[in-house]
Amino acid sequence: MTEPVVLGIETSCDETGIGIVRGRTLLSNTIASSMDEHARYGGVVPEVAARAHLEALQPSIDAALQEAGIGLADIDAVAVTSGPGLAGALMVGVGAAKGLAVSLDRPLYAVNHLVGHIAADILTPDSEPLEYPTIALLVSGGHTSLLHVRDLTTDVELLGETMDDAAGEAFDKVARLLSLPYPGGPEIDRAAADGDPGAIRFPRGLSKASDLAKHRYDFSFSGLKTAVARWVERCEAEGTDVPVADVAASFREAVVDVLVTKALAACADLGVPRLLLGGGVIANRRLREVALERAAAAGVTVRIPPLSLCTDNGAMIAALAAELISSGRPPSTLAFGADSTLPVTEIQVAEAVRA
Amino acid sequence: MILAVDTSLGTAVALVDADGAGRSDAARADALGHAEVIGDLLVEALSAAGPGEITHVVAGMGPGPFTGLRIGIAAATAFAQGRDLPVIPVPSHLAPALTAIETEGVQGPFAVVTDARRREVAITVFDGADADGIPQVVQQTTLVPAVAADLHLDGIRRIDVATLSALDLARVGARALAAGRTLATREPLYLRSPDVKLPGAPKRVGL
Ligand SMILES: [Zn+2]
Repeated sequence: MTEPVVLGIETSCDETGIGIVRGRTLLSNTIASSMDEHARYGGVVPEVAARAHLEALQPSIDAALQEAGIGLADIDAVAVTSGPGLAGALMVGVGAAKGLAVSLDRPLYAVNHLVGHIAADILTPDSEPLEYPTIALLVSGGHTSLLHVRDLTTDVELLGETMDDAAGEAFDKVARLLSLPYPGGPEIDRAAADGDPGAIRFPRGLSKASDLAKHRYDFSFSGLKTAVARWVERCEAEGTDVPVADVAASFREAVVDVLVTKALAACADLGVPRLLLGGGVIANRRLREVALERAAAAGVTVRIPPLSLCTDNGAMIAALAAELISSGRPPSTLAFGADSTLPVTEIQVAEAVRA
Repeated sequence: MILAVDTSLGTAVALVDADGAGRSDAARADALGHAEVIGDLLVEALSAAGPGEITHVVAGMGPGPFTGLRIGIAAATAFAQGRDLPVIPVPSHLAPALTAIETEGVQGPFAVVTDARRREVAITVFDGADADGIPQVVQQTTLVPAVAADLHLDGIRRIDVATLSALDLARVGARALAAGRTLATREPLYLRSPDVKLPGAPKRVGL
């Protein structure tokens, strides 16, 4: 089976993603989001997300099949995110994937969400195949991780991750401080359009020499968030208007600076002239701009999958499973669950032992 | 054959013939680990049932702890989708009610009581079976503080259950199907709204 047709199920956060691939060819990428239901709470509510997944799964699978122009009988394997992510949300996908795989009598591949973000890149037919090793920076509302990818299916190492908030979460929280709606990313971007990114020098988390010794590739955004809160309070105390555009632009600049600096430091330290970006926060244009500009200066090639494959989706899960299949890996057993803190080194979960 | 799946308490999977005769039954009593065991239990129940075509899938709709409950519904729904079969949603309490009436010979009114976490229990009061052989609900499922359950029941016989028979769940589904009745919607019996709080003003950090 060189070009397996795989249906991928992704329910780790607030997107119900169903993707269908044939080998490295994308056939469908269907996403149902419960984001609107979370907006009034200012962040993802796990129980609301899990309920929405259960409702969205069946229609999403139907829609994905229709888009791909195939039937379930044409599926060679089912893939599902086992973790990391929200436990209750993940379990809906795991339950559905097992039900579907047993019903169709097809192999099931349980895979790692973060590695899935990297696999999204192989679904871009117009670009050269992904070269290894590569550094990968994955930034979303749920994660901020820096990875060293030596091989997509066998060798991924976590270099660093956020110690507190994910970058996307920081955008949401700062948006609230500035009385901007959820989700914060696009709102901050809009507000920052007319702002001066150099107006306020907000702190860069874990970037001091003393921090770099232990946390060279780790991130921290809570100090930055507090600094913004303090700035806003000072304006209020002084009775002056908060310069929202400047605060937004300066905050965004601090986040982008730290992300790009650490990613390029990893490229330089490890002698890897390639950087792959993934995760929903890559939608932030300023992040892409700064990354491309500074990477070019450092002689690092940057790859950015199309945005629809950067946000959480089922196609990347299917793509990763298709690679596992093509490299001859056996399917997962049925005895796995959801692992909300699944380490990135576990690319496939519960791999069956070949008899 | 009719396949029934329920994860409102433990994890229970069974197959019955259209007339309700049991074909196979696979269950784990553990109130956790539904996601881990559901696949193997499906395989176990299917292979033990022997040859025959599945025509319908019964899903136990709860009440039950949300996270666990959803796993069975998701698996049942996806299984049905995989073979293009209809799903028959059945309130989970109907299964122990049928067991009480037909296996244990309970007469008159009785209450099925299950743990609903947070020091509450879910209670449904039944009285015998109706003409279709389906346990008759005389008081809809409600959540009651565990300490107040006896007072609430006011002498009605109380049957506490920690596991249920998916065979009996399948039988209830088979009878509903034969009678052309719908016993529940596709909405799980959550009985509680999600825990959410609307954000207030941002906490002050101090200058
Ligand atoms: Zn993600």
